[in-house]
Amino acid sequence: MDLYEHQGKELFAKAGIPVAAGHVAYSVDEARAAAEQLGGVVVVKSQVLTGGRGKAGGVKVVKDPAAAAEAAEAILGLDINGHITRRLYIEAGVKIAKEYYFSVTFDRSAKMPLLMLTTMGGMDVEDVAENHPDALARLHVDPALGYRGFHGAQLMSKAGIPVEERKALAPLLATLYSVFEREEAMLVEVNPLVLLEDGTFLAADAKVTIDDNALFRHADVEAMRDLAAADPQEQAAREHDLAYVKLDGDVGILGNGAGLVMSTVDVIAQAGGRPANFCDVGGGASAEKISTALGIVLSDEKVNSVLFNIFGGITRCDEVAKGLLGALETTEIRAPIVVRLDGTNAEEGRALLAEAARPEITVEKTMLEAAATAVRLAKEAS
Amino acid sequence: MAVIATKDTRLVVQGITGREGTFHALRNRDYGTNVVAGVTPGRAGQDVEGIPVFDSVADAVDKQGANTSLVIVPPRFAAEAILEAADAGVEQIICITEGIPAHDMLEVYHYIRPRGIRLLGPNCPGALSPGIANIGIIPAEVFKPGPIGLVSRSGTLTYQIGGELAAKGLGNSTIIGIGGDPVIGTSFIDALDLFQADDQTEYIVMVGEIGGNEEEKAAEVIAERITKPVVSYIAGFEAPPGKTMGHAGAIISGSAGTAAAKKEALEAKGVPVGTNPTEAAQIVADLVAKG
Repeated sequence: MDLYEHQGKELFAKAGIPVAAGHVAYSVDEARAAAEQLGGVVVVKSQVLTGGRGKAGGVKVVKDPAAAAEAAEAILGLDINGHITRRLYIEAGVKIAKEYYFSVTFDRSAKMPLLMLTTMGGMDVEDVAENHPDALARLHVDPALGYRGFHGAQLMSKAGIPVEERKALAPLLATLYSVFEREEAMLVEVNPLVLLEDGTFLAADAKVTIDDNALFRHADVEAMRDLAAADPQEQAAREHDLAYVKLDGDVGILGNGAGLVMSTVDVIAQAGGRPANFCDVGGGASAEKISTALGIVLSDEKVNSVLFNIFGGITRCDEVAKGLLGALETTEIRAPIVVRLDGTNAEEGRALLAEAARPEITVEKTMLEAAATAVRLAKEAS
Repeated sequence: MAVIATKDTRLVVQGITGREGTFHALRNRDYGTNVVAGVTPGRAGQDVEGIPVFDSVADAVDKQGANTSLVIVPPRFAAEAILEAADAGVEQIICITEGIPAHDMLEVYHYIRPRGIRLLGPNCPGALSPGIANIGIIPAEVFKPGPIGLVSRSGTLTYQIGGELAAKGLGNSTIIGIGGDPVIGTSFIDALDLFQADDQTEYIVMVGEIGGNEEEKAAEVIAERITKPVVSYIAGFEAPPGKTMGHAGAIISGSAGTAAAKKEALEAKGVPVGTNPTEAAQIVADLVAKG
């Protein structure tokens, strides 16, 4: 689960990491009031779960409440990489001397947390890694050992942090690591981590991702979820414990198993179609589950045809066919469905569907044939 | 002779009295796997259709000589269950459970790995050696015995490719599901080394997906020390960045972990990569036909 900047900073502040004073605002009036309360120069920042806010005009430094209102007017509703700005963070301006970058990532390749520090802050870290690899200090933390003082010292030395700044920076790095560990994060990134004119450090941004599988231990984080911003289909799927990802095409896709569904999405594209979604109905074949998944896929208005791709293993295809026929009784079907059943009892399953002779269903034998048919039907309907 | 699931397997099922645990323990036993014990704390002395239940894995090892554990317990207890099995001295642990917190798995991984214990999974379907033994939830009816070692991050996709191979008359030595989580105990490289050393395996099929860089690392190892022919398939070319595609580990982070990068890395080392499961199976069939 990705957190907004202000939510990440809430976790930072709780851990004792310095952040600027700020308020969340959902309207121009709230933005003006926040600026009045903070006084002086403020920064009006779009809160979206994507990068590149600055370049897109989603961050503005303003000198008074009237200007803050004007900036809020411009930024609210702003589309940043497909994310519409619905909330702002109004933050007190600070006097920046230098901008650094620090992150802790969950390095799955090494199976250890990875610390990264560079004095080239405020830039895209992937650019730094590619164009100035020597400027980016990297260090793994053995989980059995945990974060020690030497990790910070070594990292600051490698990154070329001036000696006189290290005493102030060291405890901040240690605390940010503790946030990564305690909150079970996959990412804690501060870009920029700023050195103020008074010689102290402050987290000027916060990018935090918490492990979805650990949320049962972090009710406070789960409560931060922005239900209003979620895609309606993704939200409905989450409520029913279905894995669903919205794509932007017109062929709806359902199947059993994440790998097979990913593969189905690819095959639709290879057949010249545009996948509308990824939806894994998982194991089992109850009519209720299939009905729920089908309902969610069809609730996306762009969907012109649906491919239901099943490889029967322990769940037999005849059970899936019965489940699907049951689901048709309770779901309004507004687009043709192509069904491909393979694996255990596939013939029995296909026979059941043939017998029912539902006009909205076309049965195909292989994944590639089914993909071609689904793409053709979508094109005919559009 | 196959790997992981063999005739020497003496299996203990952790979570055997749960609905899924009972179902798969009995299914594995019906297939011919030597299921010697089950564990559910507080249920010692009971049995599941003749399989004795113990309070702890240590007791199952002590009284029944269990050497392999199958973990089918809810995610919040699974890391603990794996550690218990490791501490009790089993040689192999196969964890089916999906949804274990990643930080829990860091701790587990670094405890298990230096001790030389094999962990398969978590979030995997297990291992099946057709005609010999089945540990986990792989539908054995889809597969038949043969010379192809199959290793995959995904369950149903493995069944899909196994089904396509079987339709062409081709069978498998062992099917290894390594799991779809960010931290897993057995990597592609581990599986490749097992297949390289296995007499029965003549060809290797490696099924990857987006996320991480294990496929890229495997490509290096294939070039370095795998002499048996390897064919690959990668899922997720159309996956958008930053979205978890069902498996916790199937996510493109920034520009890292794309299917295109994996395909390129494998092809650069001479590994053919099918554009879909059907094509991958066809490449294997052509290789086998050529001998």
